[in-house]
Amino acid sequence: MPIRWLPYALIAPAALFLGVLFVIPLVQTGALAFQVHDAWALGNFTRMTGDLNFADALRNSFQLVLVAVPVQLCLAMGMAMMLRHLQRGRAIVLWVWSIPLGISDLAAGLVWLTILTDQGYLNSVLFHLGVIAAPEGWLTYETPFALFMAVAIAEIWRATAIVLLILVAGVQMLPKEYGEAAAVFGASPWQAFTKVTLPLLRPSIQSALILRTVLAFEAFAVVMALGGRNFPVLVSEAYAWKHFNQDTGVAAAYALVIMAISVAATLVFLRLLRTPVEQQT
Amino acid sequence: MAGVVIDGISKSFGGTVALAALDLDVADREFLALLGPSGCGKTTLLRIIAGLETATTGRVLIGGRDVTQLPPRARGLAMVFQNYAVFPHLRVRDNIAFGLKMSGADRDRIARQVRRTAGLLQLEPYLDRYPAQLSGGQRQRVAVARALAVEPALLLMDEPLSNLDALLRLDMRAELKDVLREAGTTTIYVTHDQTEAMALADRIAVLHGGQIEQIGSPSAIYHTPATRFVGGFVGAPPMNFLRTADGRLMGIRPEDIDLVDEDAGLAFRVSVVEPLGAQTLLTGTTDGQLLRVALAGEHAIATGAALYLRPRPDRIRWMDAATGRAIAAG
Repeated sequence: MPIRWLPYALIAPAALFLGVLFVIPLVQTGALAFQVHDAWALGNFTRMTGDLNFADALRNSFQLVLVAVPVQLCLAMGMAMMLRHLQRGRAIVLWVWSIPLGISDLAAGLVWLTILTDQGYLNSVLFHLGVIAAPEGWLTYETPFALFMAVAIAEIWRATAIVLLILVAGVQMLPKEYGEAAAVFGASPWQAFTKVTLPLLRPSIQSALILRTVLAFEAFAVVMALGGRNFPVLVSEAYAWKHFNQDTGVAAAYALVIMAISVAATLVFLRLLRTPVEQQT
Repeated sequence: MAGVVIDGISKSFGGTVALAALDLDVADREFLALLGPSGCGKTTLLRIIAGLETATTGRVLIGGRDVTQLPPRARGLAMVFQNYAVFPHLRVRDNIAFGLKMSGADRDRIARQVRRTAGLLQLEPYLDRYPAQLSGGQRQRVAVARALAVEPALLLMDEPLSNLDALLRLDMRAELKDVLREAGTTTIYVTHDQTEAMALADRIAVLHGGQIEQIGSPSAIYHTPATRFVGGFVGAPPMNFLRTADGRLMGIRPEDIDLVDEDAGLAFRVSVVEPLGAQTLLTGTTDGQLLRVALAGEHAIATGAALYLRPRPDRIRWMDAATGRAIAAG
């Protein structure tokens, strides 16, 4: 006789954990965002959108996601396909490629800062090669494109590995006969990739895109390390409103905007990349 | 349509030899079965012919053309995989059309071939379904249709029936024979099931330990095995081998032994009686050696009975006990 309440008892700790550390803060954040001086109002949102940095932060956040995530997906896909063809040493290569995952966001940001700062490695190398006559500033508000590229590259370097791991797991679950059948039935390597491998990897691509997009909208430490307030994004603005302006209401409004964007992006990926039941293996 | 020549093909994985310098000719339109136990190298040989595996030495010629260095797609062949490998994300129609689409065939030809092969394999009602919506037998038919649709010079089949249940396998075997005869495609068919090889093939190549033990018609393989291995592997129950005083083995099929009157033959003590309907299978000993006898029809024989047996002289296959090879005209 199975114990009816046992499954519920077993998920209770997780449910409690989520309730205390997720649902309650969410409700509190909502309350903070929609209250001004303990009265319900939209004042925090009008202050947020009226702020000079809001448009920049919104644009920077979207630009970062739109550049970094597709590049990461393509890179990780290429790396996963290369791994598949390695006869030996796969584990070592995968391990090396995953190293950025083990480095904290802030440390990764600082690594790139030492490369890209005025007295950094990049300027030293360029100077010694005679490409530049004096150190160039790459990370200033006067060089927005270079600054954006620096942030994007650092973010790509830091987080491509998580996409790679999700794709590698997906690739390993594909029976090798599908690729062999494609090869036998006349598909070139590119055709086999686009007509067989890619469609069959759709569930993995979906998971990777959801995870990466949500996390890229939350990129913070790398951005702060390289750009500071010269490169405002939604999360860094939320941080700034809380810590420099001591205004939790506007910070909470930012948090809700970030959540709304993340939920919307997730729904889009769930819909666009859904695998119909009849096509599941 | 094309013949196949396997010229000194060998394959080693590290230190282990999977195939030892095989030579094999398959005639145009012939159906050849590669038969052997698991690990004998039959699937490796098939995959080398397909180009999915590279041989250590030797050449593969298809239709007189050396394809050894060519990728699978340039070899003009089709393959049916053991687990079918029909693409789950494509409808039956697009699975069947896959090979033709890859080679850039025009729309008329694709439509014609899909119609024709779907008709041949009774798949018309399922053309717009996905493989997950089909039974195992239907998926198997899709895999065969996909292979025949490209009108390959050579059709390779890797244990295509082994994932089906016994009854369906019998049906599909007959259907496959009919369809392939009609298509007239040169076929190499890998199986570990000797009844499948006997039922389908024009010729059977029996592989053992990476070498070909014997090539011949099903009847020759069955009745005149070249080695003790072939006699013991082909046939259910397998051939009996009785050791004689002069160091030879007498190979005799269980159904080639008759009951005779007392004192006129080998003394045989029955230990197990298995009435199978069409046959009565007796297991026992003669002169201390294990012997199986298959008598046609039903017989009232009790366990422990003492009988006398006579092997049919024209069916005896003499073998050298030391080498396990047949002795010519014993």
